[in-house]
Amino acid sequence: MSWIALKMLTGNRGKYLGIILGIGFASLLIAQQASIFCGLMLQTSGQIRDIQGADIWVMDPNVQFSDDIKPMSENDLYRVRGVSGVSWAVRLFKGLTRSRLEDGNFQQTILLGLDDATLVGAPPRMLLGNILDLRKPNAVIMDIEGYKLLWPKEEPRIGKRFEMHDKVAEIVGICRASRTFQTFPVVYTRYTQALEFVPPERKVLSFVLAQGSPDLSVTEVCQRIQEQTGLRAVTGMQFEWITMMYFMRKTGIPFNFGITVALGFIVGTAIAAQTFYLFTIENIKQYGALKAMGAGNWSLMTMILLQALLVSFIGFSLGIGGATAFGMYANATGSRLAFYMPMEVFIGTGLAVGAISILSSLLSMQRVMVVEPAVVFQG
Amino acid sequence: MNGNNAQPLVTCRDVVKTYGSGNAAVQALRGVNLDVYPGEITMLVGPSGCGKTTLISIVAGILRPTSGGVQALGTELARMSSWRRTAFRRTNVGFVFQQFNLLPALTAAENAAVPLVIQGYSKRAALRQANELLTKMGMADRGDNLPGQLSGGQQQRVAIARALVHHPKLLVCDEPTSALDNRTGHTILELLREIAIEGDRAVMVVTHDPRIFEFADTLARMDDGHIESTERVRERALTA
Repeated sequence: MSWIALKMLTGNRGKYLGIILGIGFASLLIAQQASIFCGLMLQTSGQIRDIQGADIWVMDPNVQFSDDIKPMSENDLYRVRGVSGVSWAVRLFKGLTRSRLEDGNFQQTILLGLDDATLVGAPPRMLLGNILDLRKPNAVIMDIEGYKLLWPKEEPRIGKRFEMHDKVAEIVGICRASRTFQTFPVVYTRYTQALEFVPPERKVLSFVLAQGSPDLSVTEVCQRIQEQTGLRAVTGMQFEWITMMYFMRKTGIPFNFGITVALGFIVGTAIAAQTFYLFTIENIKQYGALKAMGAGNWSLMTMILLQALLVSFIGFSLGIGGATAFGMYANATGSRLAFYMPMEVFIGTGLAVGAISILSSLLSMQRVMVVEPAVVFQG
Repeated sequence: MNGNNAQPLVTCRDVVKTYGSGNAAVQALRGVNLDVYPGEITMLVGPSGCGKTTLISIVAGILRPTSGGVQALGTELARMSSWRRTAFRRTNVGFVFQQFNLLPALTAAENAAVPLVIQGYSKRAALRQANELLTKMGMADRGDNLPGQLSGGQQQRVAIARALVHHPKLLVCDEPTSALDNRTGHTILELLREIAIEGDRAVMVVTHDPRIFEFADTLARMDDGHIESTERVRERALTA
């Protein structure tokens, strides 16, 4: 019966394409919006991923996310280093400062101060210059996007100067950094140098980056640090989730994207269900004839489900393909659009489309279930 | 009893069918008695609403009578479950509908193969048998045509092929000539006559069309849920 079902479906081109377009539209909207949401959430934690080389982040217990800096005292660094199971621990400064350009313009800038001796947390992808040049006086490394933001008409080059807190900074390297949620330029420098680029404060240690002994699990080392210092110690991945969850809880971003995803689901279901139902109604006499000829309800249900699954599969493929193409195009053209499609979005969209398919076919199934085969004798 | 002293294939006794209940109840059949013999065409004629369609629906196992007995091929249909009646129709009944009810997306051969597919035949086996039957019916070159590409007479031939492909003993035809011109209608009835005689099948035809009454072996005139008269047309014609 399956080939009859498929021929019935594809024989009615208009309805067939209408249902596919409905499901494809829903699939596209759900996948695209969910991917942009994931991209935005990734941006919120991008700087955590960029700080590499240490497994453990130690911070004030009240820190809520990566930009929520609650400075610790220098003593906290030594306390962390004193915890058994910690191989090493270094400082990390993170803060906002203002960059003053040669034309007098100002720009908020994210400043990262790396441990002077080890430069742990240095940018992973250098485009110009050398990380070791950070040891030069007033040296900074800036991310390429930030450079383009500050000097949009210039080609990135080493030697460019600007001021932070009335102190001249000289760019010794250009790196690629993850795009930040605030879109501010990211400037890397040494820890002691960073303190000269910001107004003085009593406590300036933003984070401690630590590494556990190879014979201990990271979780156990984190637990020991927390127990012995009272500070919060988490892995990079945990800190990413803490940051993303903060934005999810405290901002309307998930709600706004959720509305769009829900609308995609509802509109897709409405279009697909209505068109599919109309298709079934158009063929109700044919279904009645099949019933009269001895086709059981189960066979007819299977036919309808098969039709629904086929259009859902094609619609899903078109939608997810469209969303992927959209994301690839956005990335290829250097668009600032946040787009990241993890497997979860793919699977989630598939499940949503599956639900649309089932909801759409349920109405039709119900209609076919109740149709009397005697309908074929009604002229 | 017919002229050949054959046993009836279908026997209806005091068949009553009521739609709805209470004040809204409508009695479509009011105690119908009818015998349908193999190798014959039995025509049900009468005005609209007299119960013809209800009667063939009951005989074909589509509807269950409210009371009375319907024996078809030795089986009591009135007491069968819906599921068993579906199985009965699948094996024993062929249908020819007024508007043909061919699936527009399927070719003539595919349409004719549908009852076999419903029975679980593979597509290839079903199509082979359907094509053989269409060839016998002079439609060999039309097997790949869609219904929309066929004339009314050709569509009705495909519908008849569909009704016969699984070799049912009972053929139920609802106004088989109403959508056809006079000449084509006669051709179709001649075909049904051949089918009835060659396959020793019982053919029941519901019709308004007096031009085809001459093809009936038995003419059952219905009115208001009753069979008013049953006339042995063929015997009379042969005697005359």
